[in-house]
Amino acid sequence: MAGGRVVKGIKFQGLRDVGDPVDLGAAYSDRGADELVFLDVKATLEERDTLVGLVRRVAEQLSIPFTVGGGIRTIADADALLRAGADKVSINSAALARPRLITELAEKLGSQAVVVAIDAEGGRVKTRAGTTETTLDAVEWAKEAEERGAGEILLTSIDADGTREGYDMAVTRAVAAAVSVPVIASGGAGDASHIAEALEVAQAALLASILHEDPERLTSLREELRQMGVKIRDAA
Amino acid sequence: MKVAVCDYRAGNIRSVEIAMRRLGAELTDDVDGCDLAILPGVGSAASAMDALKDQGLDVALKQRFADGKPILGICLGLQLMLQSSEEDGGTECLGLLPGHAYRLREGRIPRIGWAQVDDGATYYFAHSYAAETPKATAWSDGIVAEVRDGSFLGAQFHPEKSGAPGARYLAKVLEEVRSKSLSRA
Repeated sequence: MAGGRVVKGIKFQGLRDVGDPVDLGAAYSDRGADELVFLDVKATLEERDTLVGLVRRVAEQLSIPFTVGGGIRTIADADALLRAGADKVSINSAALARPRLITELAEKLGSQAVVVAIDAEGGRVKTRAGTTETTLDAVEWAKEAEERGAGEILLTSIDADGTREGYDMAVTRAVAAAVSVPVIASGGAGDASHIAEALEVAQAALLASILHEDPERLTSLREELRQMGVKIRDAA
Repeated sequence: MKVAVCDYRAGNIRSVEIAMRRLGAELTDDVDGCDLAILPGVGSAASAMDALKDQGLDVALKQRFADGKPILGICLGLQLMLQSSEEDGGTECLGLLPGHAYRLREGRIPRIGWAQVDDGATYYFAHSYAAETPKATAWSDGIVAEVRDGSFLGAQFHPEKSGAPGARYLAKVLEEVRSKSLSRA
């Protein structure tokens, strides 16, 4: 999300408006999404808080888990989002700037509500919505995040983001092997086989570009995955 | 049907309120006088216990349980009813139910995701600790998923986050409250 709209780019560049977050959230929930993740990708850059009001409106439509990230720097930021109806918060830049934030949030909210999002390019961590390089290795940072209390790692490959050519299996496999918390693979989903491949090493697979133009695709993807033998819950 | 969702300022109580409103329940702050009190569960055991005590909810819930009035505990809300939890270096809980909460030992922890429960339905779980109690009534992957004792019903999963199957579960709970089958007069 950015500016209150759902946007999507390729490799974090060229963000395009793809819809209304309340409508899309409801559409995905209705079509069997297991969880919804909202990331306000401009929140850190524009130094403004994630739109709590928007989270409230989306939460009203949902009865599935809801993760919200973007611009969270304090316990108060996280608390406001949870009270608006988010179940988990996703932190990224603020955790890199002050890793102790992960522990503070985990102690207050429980680890299960604290997702640490990692944006990786060539195995290195980037911060501030992929605009700034760091010297951190994605695997090492994932391990540190876990030690500090992260309950999940949301691993996005900038290299694969928006390409629809498959998840970045190398970095996903390395991170999943290094930590014992659940890992959500993100970036690159183009078809059911990509998702099945990701789910062999990660505990969840995030979909964005592949769904935004056609939410109905979620229904067919779930059916294709089921036929491939992937365990997909009965959402009815 | 009047439902009080205990607000102990720990995490997301709004999803429980939204789910209850969808099922036609009327929300109230009156933990003593409501038809059903819900102890939702997000947060860590020690901070949740502190918050319960700060607001006198520990006393209110103990009284409610002693009076045989329906209580639903969700996730941590189930674990807080036990005698103790291993969380936060050992936390004394409300002690209304025999047993304790232990840190999960197998698989990825936290255990996050959808899992099947004995009743055949698939619900959403998000927890690092689980109950060990003789009052268990349903399991998921060998982990206690539901607990019943007197007027208390506890769910380790999050029915309010479990889509259609979760809504059906909550509707059944409300039906038990309505028919007084969850009350112990």
